Amino acid sequence: MSADVFNDAERIIAEQLEQAHAFYGEDAKGAAPLLPILHALQHAFGYVPPQAQPLIAHALNISQAEVRGVVTFYHDFKTEPAARAVIKLCRAEACQARGCERIASHLESAHGLVAGARSHDGRIALESVYCLGNCALGPAALVGDELIGMIDEVRADALVAEARR
Amino acid sequence: MNVRFYIPADAAAKSVGADAVAAAVHDEAMRRGLAVEIIRTGSRGLLWLEPMVEIETTRGRVAYGNVRAGDVTSLFAAGLPDGADHPLSLGPVKDIVYLRAQTRLTFARVGVNDPLSFDAYVASGGMIGLTHAQAIGADAILEEMTASGLRGRGGAGFPAAIKWRTVRDAQSSRKYIVVNADEGDSGTFADRMLMEGDPFLIIEGMAISALAVGAHRGVIYIRSEYPHAIQVLNEALRIARREKLLGAHFDIEVRVGAGAYVCGEETALLESIEGKRGQVRAKPPLPAHRGLFGRPTLVHNVLTIAAAPTILSEGGKAYGDLGVGRSRGTKPVQLAGNVKRGGLFELPFGVTLRELVFDIGGGTASGRPLRAVQVGGPLGAYFPEHLLDTPLDYEAMAKAGGLLGHGGIVVFDDSVDMARQARFAFEFCATESCGKCTPCRIGSTRGAETIDKIVAGVEVEKNMALVDDLLNVMTDASLCALGGLTPLPVGSAMKHFPEDFIRAPKRAAAE
Repeated sequence: MSADVFNDAERIIAEQLEQAHAFYGEDAKGAAPLLPILHALQHAFGYVPPQAQPLIAHALNISQAEVRGVVTFYHDFKTEPAARAVIKLCRAEACQARGCERIASHLESAHGLVAGARSHDGRIALESVYCLGNCALGPAALVGDELIGMIDEVRADALVAEARR
Repeated sequence: MNVRFYIPADAAAKSVGADAVAAAVHDEAMRRGLAVEIIRTGSRGLLWLEPMVEIETTRGRVAYGNVRAGDVTSLFAAGLPDGADHPLSLGPVKDIVYLRAQTRLTFARVGVNDPLSFDAYVASGGMIGLTHAQAIGADAILEEMTASGLRGRGGAGFPAAIKWRTVRDAQSSRKYIVVNADEGDSGTFADRMLMEGDPFLIIEGMAISALAVGAHRGVIYIRSEYPHAIQVLNEALRIARREKLLGAHFDIEVRVGAGAYVCGEETALLESIEGKRGQVRAKPPLPAHRGLFGRPTLVHNVLTIAAAPTILSEGGKAYGDLGVGRSRGTKPVQLAGNVKRGGLFELPFGVTLRELVFDIGGGTASGRPLRAVQVGGPLGAYFPEHLLDTPLDYEAMAKAGGLLGHGGIVVFDDSVDMARQARFAFEFCATESCGKCTPCRIGSTRGAETIDKIVAGVEVEKNMALVDDLLNVMTDASLCALGGLTPLPVGSAMKHFPEDFIRAPKRAAAE
């Protein structure tokens, strides 16, 4: 980890720790600030640098195993740099009823995108998620913070083109 | 005078182009030299009509449905600022039948107000409940809650007033209110719409409950899949602090989940806030006695806590007069999946699935015959057409072998393969299991494998019996609803749609 990343990680951890103490008082001991810390690190670096885990453990006075256990439990946290664009396609029941499996097949056959993997050029990752709360207007996907509904093949092609850009 | 436009900023409306419509309205007005004011609201919930644009006229608000950015010029040309007729016109909002048929208490302001205007909130009846609560005190608040008959809207249906009383009676210098906004069930989006459309109602509800039980801090745990709701609520919390609704006496923070379905289970959610893996706790102790950080904690779903301001302002009895049997008040129902008119409809309990799916929903979106309806999310049962006369209330749904859950209804047409849906239910359980209980952690994977064998025609009868047995073990020996209720979708699919499981020609096990 470069000195810059190290310093940024230290600062982020300290900030979140302070916020948790301000809000929860004496209850904030131990792991309480862990999820906000992991989110903040992932927001800053695009993933949770494994080298930051000992720093977190030290700051919260918990074991590295506990930190690692939490990082690996939650689907959101990544331990390596993410693709530049991530398409999160909903594969839950309501979107199934509206044809999300057809869209998943199309993304694979037309664009070589397979859920859980990256495109050949490494720039786009396709992930399966289970419910984005857009169940009446599916198939739905989340790209960054943008929710997209009523995805058909044409819209799917456009999403991939935008993501490639 | 400014022409006032109301355009939803709800995530679902945005997902089909509401932002582009708002931009086009702004541009077209500039081009025509018209002074317009564009107010971004929540969604009315008539999602099949999104983007739905409303205009303030002398006749009240007039609506236009399915407006695309490209329609805006023709709308202006037709005299849109006066609410003139156009092929996309839906007429006056107050006459829209799908809104008139509803009883909107919790969702009264959603789609009407700018969700982040505290003045609009107060002007439309906000804060009356809390002011009344402050005047009558904790004991009288509990009496109103008891009179309302309110039960948990998250799925379990536990009487809210009993929880409130338990937390109030618990002795501790620190108590918490935790709102479960980890709305992970497919087919549900009511929590999301309320958070985005009327966040102050949730904050007011939490403030009332804090007053009643003596809590000093509140946490709203929102799933990370809801970035819009997170942003709106954080902004609303800032405003609420400025307005002194929140402060040192009672403050609220948003905690963001990290993509774990099981954290919707209340004890896993508490573990998650404490910075741990989202693993389910054994009960007792109940969260009301020992919850977040071991403190007495009131855990409620978004819709349960959001009913409190209405109950306090209108009176518990008025709220309890709605509904049927032991299901009192209103239920925001969400129609989703392959349905022609999908959206959110707030109705008193007692309406039947058939009325919802056909009269309101208009049948399937594809126009093909309806085959199955899943009620209550991924852990809810699949109902065949002949069971659609079941009324929507906690007891009737349980009697029909299902659950009401969070009120999500997902419609499937006849292209659905129910064996595939049963396999998916196992697969989902395997992916999302927290790993604590063996029947859930391992049974779900074994279940998916066994369904594969059945579909392949391998020892079908023996394997069907094996799945049945597995479902019993999962039901009886899982701590929480994930392992305990996965048997509902699987079992109901096998019971009501056996033909989908025994299609393959019989094959020997050795193959």
